[in-house]
Amino acid sequence: MRSTLKGLIAVAMACTASSAWSATLDNVKKNGVLTCGTNSATAGFSLPDNEGKWTGFVVDYCRAVAAAVLGDAQKVKFIPLTPKDRFTALQSGEIDILAHNATWTSSRDMSLGILFAGTYFYDGQGFMVRKADNITSAKGLDGASICVTQGTTTELNLADYFRSQSIKYTTVGFADEEAVVKAYEEGRCDVLSADTSTLNASRLRMAKPDDSIVLPELISKEPLGPAVRQGDDQWFNVAKWTLYVMVAAEEFGVTSKNVDAMKSSDNPNIRRLLGVEGSIGKDIGLGDNWPVEVIKQVGNYGEVFDRNVGKDSPLKMERGLNALWNKGGIQYAPPIR
Amino acid sequence: MSDLSLSVQSRRSISLHNKKVRGIFYQLLLAGSLLALGLGVGVQTVSNMRARGIPLSFGFWNESAGFDINQALIPYDALSTYGQAFWVGVVNTLFVSLLAILLATSLGFVVGIARLSQNWIVAKVATSYVEIIRNIPLLLQLLFWYNAVLKPLPAPKSSIEIPGGVYLNNRGLIIPEVQLHPGAGLVALSSAAAIVCCIALWFYARRVQIRTGRQLPVLSVSLAALIGFPLLMFLAAGEPVSFIRPQLHGFNFQGGHQLYPEFAALLIGLSVYTGSYIAEIVRGGIQAVPKGQTEAAYALGLPPGKTLRLVVVPQALRIIIPPLTSQYLNLTKNSSLAVFIGYPDLVQIFAGTVLNQTGAAVQVMAITLAVYLAISLVTSLAMNGFNRHFAIVER
Repeated sequence: MRSTLKGLIAVAMACTASSAWSATLDNVKKNGVLTCGTNSATAGFSLPDNEGKWTGFVVDYCRAVAAAVLGDAQKVKFIPLTPKDRFTALQSGEIDILAHNATWTSSRDMSLGILFAGTYFYDGQGFMVRKADNITSAKGLDGASICVTQGTTTELNLADYFRSQSIKYTTVGFADEEAVVKAYEEGRCDVLSADTSTLNASRLRMAKPDDSIVLPELISKEPLGPAVRQGDDQWFNVAKWTLYVMVAAEEFGVTSKNVDAMKSSDNPNIRRLLGVEGSIGKDIGLGDNWPVEVIKQVGNYGEVFDRNVGKDSPLKMERGLNALWNKGGIQYAPPIR
Repeated sequence: MSDLSLSVQSRRSISLHNKKVRGIFYQLLLAGSLLALGLGVGVQTVSNMRARGIPLSFGFWNESAGFDINQALIPYDALSTYGQAFWVGVVNTLFVSLLAILLATSLGFVVGIARLSQNWIVAKVATSYVEIIRNIPLLLQLLFWYNAVLKPLPAPKSSIEIPGGVYLNNRGLIIPEVQLHPGAGLVALSSAAAIVCCIALWFYARRVQIRTGRQLPVLSVSLAALIGFPLLMFLAAGEPVSFIRPQLHGFNFQGGHQLYPEFAALLIGLSVYTGSYIAEIVRGGIQAVPKGQTEAAYALGLPPGKTLRLVVVPQALRIIIPPLTSQYLNLTKNSSLAVFIGYPDLVQIFAGTVLNQTGAAVQVMAITLAVYLAISLVTSLAMNGFNRHFAIVER
């Protein structure tokens, strides 16, 4: 009986203890590791390589945050999450930051207790079909079966689009991307619908990638970005400005190769970016050197893009909207001063 | 003297040394602690959720869902509410569970009896089925039925055509749509009349048999009535029922009803898996009936079929029903594995998409748990009633 009571008290104490919600930045520093929720398997974005090391675009963003906070881009623990589980994992505190192919929407910002900290990839939803079906436009998809991942904006956009076009369709939903791609490959669906970045990534992993094409239409805006819990403004700033530092570094021509030399640059923008002048480190609760660590260990935005999804990768995606604002795109960092 | 012993007893009765008082005291203490723990966890959860800005209300229930569901037995489209999506999930779960329970029970009874067959091949085939199916995880079996059996079917353009306008392809089984014309009501009415007549005949035949021992040809007359009545009316009313054959148009067949491979895989998987357990329960139940019962029936001159049907099975049912209830409960709960093969059951729609779109994880999970609990309790209640019906009545 006594041991039962002790057990009850212990459980009650454990419940109350967890209610204290301490600052994420302090927690990460104390633990010496950043826990980052990513996609489970999307080529170019988040995928373990042959040696089990995580690589990809969103993975590099996590590494950049780890470099900023802990000074070491390798101190990240990756938690692969399905789209269905990702927000719950963030809400419950299982992960420190969510770096997923998650679309920033008003309802997610307002009602989930989370905040998106910027857009690292401007994307749009598209359709992949088999070449043999001779479809050139989404308007020709009448009666098609469409494979989608559950719990994504994809499902909602599809319903919106086909309703407005008065086209009949059938969705077949699965919890994770791999099951969706498999169902499409095996002919269960005529169409695979997802963000075009995901479609391109999925195609690379198919047995016969050349049998499918991505239709030209984009039916939605999909700004993909990292998300953090609400109520921790300091951590929100870390997430937001890590991304902006990478974008600004590209704008000013600072790369992982030349970052040390750039510290002696005469350009005041670069000097402030790299913490030589100004207070970029102190204000946020990190060392002055954090932008240098981010750029040196991970690279600027352009380097990360090219390496994982752009011209130096098998995906060979165009920069498009993700080019800098002064190069025809909309990637833009607020001034650092 | 007697006064003294009474006072000792009464003093004892309020102390903890009294067994009865002690029992009640600890019961109350435990119940109180559990209640306090439950309340504490609830209060803490709510305050933690508030602190983290996680939505707490059930306001999402009446909001528009905005996503489509491919298989809905009740009206649903993207403009429907999350609440309606929930009901689609509940109905889909109940539908597949009920059908699977019927199939698994039939399969289980046939195989269970077959295992006891005198025929060596029949008995061994039944044993192999039970031993193989029982020892493979259900999830693997579902993936097998879905990925290895149903998905490799041909694409819609090269569908397998079954005479009568039925097509089979990797989108499912497409059957013609039934269209009713004026006069179809008469056919339905005549079917109903035939059923009523059959029931009346059955009661009458029983009374005749009890009174005179004479057996009336109930089965053949009933069959004739059930088929003959509606058929005559059908011809008389000028064939008021027609079928719309599905037509291949664009990507898939238009018109007709569709049975999806996800549903089929789940139904087959659940039935075959649970059927193997039911087979063992049935075999055990039959073997538990004393051999003397069979011998007595043979001695009375009953043939083996009637011995099984009238003597052995009714007694075996008393042993079979309680464990059968657990299998039905398991089957219903196992239907939540639908998530892995894309069948829109309660877990997929509600604890999947709805949870994700609304972010109301705690509320959605609580409702989902409550639904499974309710389904299980109702199943138990029904089966307990059935069990009382079959239990030995003390006379």
